[in-house]
Amino acid sequence: MLNYIWAGMLAAGFLIGMINGRLEEVTQAAFSSAGRAVELSIGLLGILCLWSGLMKIAEKGGLIRLVARLAKPLLKLLFPQAAHDAGALGSIVMNLSANFLGLGNAATPLGIKAMNELQRLNRGDDSASDSMCMFLVLNTSAIQLIPATVIAIRADAGSAAPAEITVCVWIASICASLSGIILVKLLSGTIPLKKRLPGRTRKLVRK
Amino acid sequence: MNFAAFSVISLYAVPVIFLIILGVGFFREINVYDAFVEGAKDGISTIIRILPPLVGLMTAVGVLRASGALDFIIYIMKPLVSFLGIPPEAMLLALLRPVSGSASLALVAEMVKTYGPDSYVGRVVSTMMGSTETIFYTLAVYYGSVGIRNIRYTLLAALLADGVSVMASAWICAIIFGR
Repeated sequence: MLNYIWAGMLAAGFLIGMINGRLEEVTQAAFSSAGRAVELSIGLLGILCLWSGLMKIAEKGGLIRLVARLAKPLLKLLFPQAAHDAGALGSIVMNLSANFLGLGNAATPLGIKAMNELQRLNRGDDSASDSMCMFLVLNTSAIQLIPATVIAIRADAGSAAPAEITVCVWIASICASLSGIILVKLLSGTIPLKKRLPGRTRKLVRK
Repeated sequence: MNFAAFSVISLYAVPVIFLIILGVGFFREINVYDAFVEGAKDGISTIIRILPPLVGLMTAVGVLRASGALDFIIYIMKPLVSFLGIPPEAMLLALLRPVSGSASLALVAEMVKTYGPDSYVGRVVSTMMGSTETIFYTLAVYYGSVGIRNIRYTLLAALLADGVSVMASAWICAIIFGR
């Protein structure tokens, strides 16, 4: 996929540059952007090291487990099929907690473990279970406590307040997660599309 | 409603999390400094991992910008998305984001630089980048790991939730910071 996108972007850029008679600017931009990528990486390096170091303390201090314990009762409600299976629910909660803290490296193995546990409950079917759908929709829309990379990019670009978008990120993620939950419940047929919809939806939103 | 409170929360979020993490570390009797230094090394490997794709993709975005193609795409998108209240620049990111994380990072870096990090577009693309995920990649990795072939409605629900996130980002930034 990225093969097409990347080649397409470059080809379109050079061709349109030729048509527009901006070939010189385009060539110059190619070289300066490549240089800019290195500058950006160096600009991000400090903040990412700082953040990774801090996250290592969080990881060793068991913060993932702490967040997981707080989130468990809430998540239990979203996974009715996995709620009574300690292994499956545990892995799901741990993965989402690691994502919440922005610990990408720790989150992926936990997520794969969660998928394996859910697949065990799914009895090895090759069709996704409702719990899997819920898990992945939550995984792709879930909140990140501190959007460290974005803050680093903003700081590098000379923002007066690089972290000021944090609350916006939270609100946008909460909106996405809530609509994701509602969509999964609707699409899985747990909520019948008829009468019970408004009441049930409101209940979910409140949680 | 007083939206100044949100800026205050944003201001406090990072320091408070520093304190919580350090507090938990001390409470659990971790050698916090040693752990920090060990973790900071991961930052270097992360940068080394993202540098080559960033060079490739920022070059592509830079070429598109210089050729005038980027402005043309944004111009075309304007009537399509303006009624939703989304800036067309952000819509470009919205299309790229589910497909590629590093390409989106390159686009956000370019836009934040071009429009300014504290402009409306700069804030919206920052918020979007922080609140959305590389959906196709995530689904491929997780479903691939257990051999699921029929993913049913997962992609639909994930993309719709992503769309909500895009619109919410544009609206919230407009409400809190103004356009």
